[in-house]
Amino acid sequence: MSGKKAVLLQGNEACVKGALTAGLRFFAGYPITPSSEIAEQASIELPKVGGCFMQMEDEIASMGCALGASLTGVKSMTATSGPGFSLKQELIGFGAMAEIPVVIVSIMRMGPSTGLPTSPAAGDIMQAKWGTHGDHPAICICPTSVKEMHDLTVAAFNYAEKYRTPVMLMTDEVIAHMREGVVFEDHYEVIDRVHPAPYEEGYLPYACEEGSLVPPMAAYGEGYRFHVTGLSHDESGFPTNSPAVNDRLIRRLCAKVEADADNIVIYDEYMTGDCGTLFVAYGSVARTSLYIVKQLRAQGIKAGLFIPKTIWPFPEKAYQKIIAGGRVKNVIVPEMNMGQLVLEVDRITKTQASVVGIPKVSGELFKTEELYEKVMAVI
Amino acid sequence: MSSNALSYLRQSKMPHIWCPGCGNGIVMNAIIRAIDSLGLDPRQTVIVSGIGCSSRAPGYMNFDTLHTAHGRALTFATGVKMANPALNVIVISGDGDGAAIGGNHLIHACRRNIDITLVLVNNNIYGMTSGQYSPLTPTGALATTAVYGNIDRPFDLVKLASGAGATYVARSTVYHVPQLKTYIQNAIKHHGFSVVEAVSTCPTYFGRKNKRGDAANMMVWMKDNTAVYKKGVEEYDKSLVIGEFVNIEAPEYTDSYAALTERVGGS
Repeated sequence: MSGKKAVLLQGNEACVKGALTAGLRFFAGYPITPSSEIAEQASIELPKVGGCFMQMEDEIASMGCALGASLTGVKSMTATSGPGFSLKQELIGFGAMAEIPVVIVSIMRMGPSTGLPTSPAAGDIMQAKWGTHGDHPAICICPTSVKEMHDLTVAAFNYAEKYRTPVMLMTDEVIAHMREGVVFEDHYEVIDRVHPAPYEEGYLPYACEEGSLVPPMAAYGEGYRFHVTGLSHDESGFPTNSPAVNDRLIRRLCAKVEADADNIVIYDEYMTGDCGTLFVAYGSVARTSLYIVKQLRAQGIKAGLFIPKTIWPFPEKAYQKIIAGGRVKNVIVPEMNMGQLVLEVDRITKTQASVVGIPKVSGELFKTEELYEKVMAVI
Repeated sequence: MSSNALSYLRQSKMPHIWCPGCGNGIVMNAIIRAIDSLGLDPRQTVIVSGIGCSSRAPGYMNFDTLHTAHGRALTFATGVKMANPALNVIVISGDGDGAAIGGNHLIHACRRNIDITLVLVNNNIYGMTSGQYSPLTPTGALATTAVYGNIDRPFDLVKLASGAGATYVARSTVYHVPQLKTYIQNAIKHHGFSVVEAVSTCPTYFGRKNKRGDAANMMVWMKDNTAVYKKGVEEYDKSLVIGEFVNIEAPEYTDSYAALTERVGGS
């Protein structure tokens, strides 16, 4: 801490601060625990900077409202939790198909259904990738601290703008409601959507420039007079039933994220250089796992930790680098669900190591003693 | 149509998808003529729709256009208008899109009194999905999901919008085209949330099933069964009442938000 003062912040408050740092000017939401503080803070801060806060009639309306606002050129977001995240899924797909930048924060609570509204969980991370129908790109970021709630919200906006797609920022209730001292960086890089050349006859709103998979984006009201639809469309933006055009569109939408994954993935690793036992953990569980890694190291057990901060795309290459060579015997994936990310880890690991999930679905966070015992039973 | 009015159409997107005898073209025509009469800048005008036959209209209209998901047009339109209140925002919806799946958004847009115009094309049926009953299908009418006769009671859209707080509410039909154009024009001019119900024809799925004959016969039915609204008069001898039912002043939402912003010192 370089002499700068730490600010005591709640995770949800830090998220709104980060959004404002990134240039947030529009928020549409609906009250839901445990994300409501995000709406409350947005309602306080946005009018002060000439931005707009809308409390809509339901979760679907707030998703539509945020998408509509983004089409006028403003940075916009919504925030929700499990039941609301489920309700928003169709319009998240609309945002992916129509390529509208927007940030969706979802603070994970215990489900399914109403579940345990104030209890932490991580049961929605597969929904982040597969929740809406059809194939589409998915970027899902998962902070592990209050500082990261700020910093990674900035990243979420940058990705939304850069890739013209909905970006999800998801973590568990613990991180959202925790208060920590935060020392901000001196500077945050802010990315804005690329604007097209001045309007000319024959303008194609969904045409990419040479070497890019992301079309520049005009705003409504600038004179481009373009069409936006959730139907499969060609570069003109108008619907088509052409199998070739549809194939090209869906492949481009997916590729703009997948092909640039190296520039998207965010992760941390601790003591992975010589580890024989590797933890893969995210959200608050990453913090508990770090404690266990240190505990095991003190006992002479070579443990390490890999924290994917982007759940989607999963930092596959970085992870593979750790497990390549056969030194890692056990990969342990503790999660506050019945075992979701463990499936992705297992898929990537193949037969290189033994992958074991440690599920927890009681609505409580992992306690250190409990996780330690479960891990000792595995290794 | 005057050449000026044609300039509001994306003629390269024709022919349209609508069936012969469909009223959607007449409603789109009325909207374009209203926009032309008002001299709205097409570069500052956004047309938003949901899903259904009438919701395909924006694709043929040369503005910034937004064809959203089923029932959600008003939510997107609210985002557009709040983020840039200088834009003219017009929503085109249908009876299924606007009164069923989008019904919650409809009443809340009315309640907020946000300066958006909703033209709801009521053909009494889900046309795009081939003829299921909607919340505006009359009781007793036939539909592909009401082959024994519809037992549902329909909404009266004018009463629904009025009760929910819309500050301009009118109804016309695709037979009464000059009135339809005038009401849409007045609705756009109105500062607040305005609703125009355009009673329309679906000869393919409503007319045929209900033995109303072809589109021309359905038009004659509209002509013969329409009364004109008179203030204070509750009872009419015709089943369809057209006119301007509500035209009142009330605080408009983007104005209220601008005042709030100023109060807290925002720029």
